[in-house]
Amino acid sequence: MIPGAIEQLLYLLAAVLFIVGLRRLASPATARAGNRLSALGMLLAIVVTLFDRQIVSFPVIVAGLVVGTALGLWMARAVKMTAMPQMVALLNGLGGGASLLVGAGVFAESLRTAQAIPAGTGVTIQLTLLIGAVTLTGSLVAYAKLQGLMPGRPITFPLQQWINALVLLAIVVIGAFAAATPLPIFWPFAAVVILSLVLGLLVVLPIGGADMPVVISLLNSYSGLAAAMTGFVIGSSVLIISGALVGASGIILSQIMCKAMNRPLANVLFGAFGSASAQAGSAEASGLPVRSVSAEDAAIQLGYARLVIVVPGYGMAVAQAQHEVRELAELIEKRGGDVKYAIHPVAGRMPGHMNVLLAEANVPYDRLYDMDAINGEFGRADVALVVGANDVVNPAARTDPSSPIYGMPILDVTQAHSVIVLKRSMKPGFAGIENALFHDPKTSMLFGDAKGSLARLVSEVKAL
Amino acid sequence: MPTSLLTGIVIFVLATFLGVSLIQRVPPTLHTPLMSGANAVSGITIVGALVLAGSGTGWIAGVVGFIAVVFAMMNVVGGYAVTDRMLEMFRKEPERK
Repeated sequence: MIPGAIEQLLYLLAAVLFIVGLRRLASPATARAGNRLSALGMLLAIVVTLFDRQIVSFPVIVAGLVVGTALGLWMARAVKMTAMPQMVALLNGLGGGASLLVGAGVFAESLRTAQAIPAGTGVTIQLTLLIGAVTLTGSLVAYAKLQGLMPGRPITFPLQQWINALVLLAIVVIGAFAAATPLPIFWPFAAVVILSLVLGLLVVLPIGGADMPVVISLLNSYSGLAAAMTGFVIGSSVLIISGALVGASGIILSQIMCKAMNRPLANVLFGAFGSASAQAGSAEASGLPVRSVSAEDAAIQLGYARLVIVVPGYGMAVAQAQHEVRELAELIEKRGGDVKYAIHPVAGRMPGHMNVLLAEANVPYDRLYDMDAINGEFGRADVALVVGANDVVNPAARTDPSSPIYGMPILDVTQAHSVIVLKRSMKPGFAGIENALFHDPKTSMLFGDAKGSLARLVSEVKAL
Repeated sequence: MPTSLLTGIVIFVLATFLGVSLIQRVPPTLHTPLMSGANAVSGITIVGALVLAGSGTGWIAGVVGFIAVVFAMMNVVGGYAVTDRMLEMFRKEPERK
């Protein structure tokens, strides 16, 4: 048993460890130690809780801890780096689900003992149920989309926004009624939980694959908010602090992603981007000539280049071609060339997705450049090698005001002396927008699976 | 663990501002580990789950608490472990000529 004040101070220490841990994430050199510090804080919080005097029965706890730890470790070990967006979506969902259950459990206890709930706690219980449930089902839909269990494109139906608004309104009204009723009643509670679970499904369904970075960031934020609300319910400041930190983190990442696409958050959430309207521009550029190149010719360009800038995109992740990219880069370097990587903020399916994949393939992180840092260098580059990226290099974002992606900041590949695009076929990218880059006289297309094409390039460069 | 609603709101607002200033310092290259790491932190809801599961006040709390502990623990352990796995891979360039 730990005296109350000491217990509180230990929780504060745990919160401080989270904060210091996040601070260390400011540099790749200190990040790993920071993450471990944060984990230590979590361990401390768990141990302190186990000594809490409210806890009288241990079998259930021990069973839960063992099962959760085993499953968590298994997930973390088994997951492929390319599947990291799904993994984070799932983890978000689990956190939200746990908060939902804690809120529901507290409510169920008051219901069983017919105990009045203070108004303040009543409101926070309803908020915990709402945010926790939306995070849970929303994350599961995001997971299913990313994992390919359901179509990644936006799923829309008539009156969608109105139905969502109606569901939310119903939750607010019923939740307010429940919070204003001191003695707990079952039906409003059940209604809020069920409607919130449905709302979570509804809000993520109309959001398409390439907008996933924003959705995952936002759900990340929700999972933090759910934890903070749970903190209000059980009166725990460490939950409030940690939840607020995570909530802030998700919001900032969502903002960064939206800025990188030059679209307001509301447009990402309600726009159903890339479903119907986007097909408009596709007729205009098709029929233009496309220059296809053989692996041999592409290898000659790469082998004698002084500076090659690689632009990776989601296609690299799908083909799991990051190792071949690194192999090719090493060959070019051995021949005296320089290789840099240009990372667009929304390349891939989550913030920083490309960086993790390239790190996995042993590419040093100081070779990876953000959009602003690299755009000035394309002019010096002999070759820009586009590996499975599409919309982030589409010049229409600069030149065509009618394009759905007009105004989105892009990587300046057309400034390079030549551009080689690795692509499976001429099919347009996620947004369904024709890409004028592929018809640019500077551009040559190397068709095929990115992994296979890169392997061919590697052997051709070796043969030079 | 007594925290009044008002104190809670004060803590929440201040912690949000702290979070914003902390996260803005994280470079884009670390955004994926940041997410999974922050995600593990949101597993702090384990504290509530443990109290619920261990309260010994009937089977509902027991069952709901058990599932909550499993979920939160998967969130915590999975989040930290996978973040560690990723951060291990980030390396600086070896000295070049």
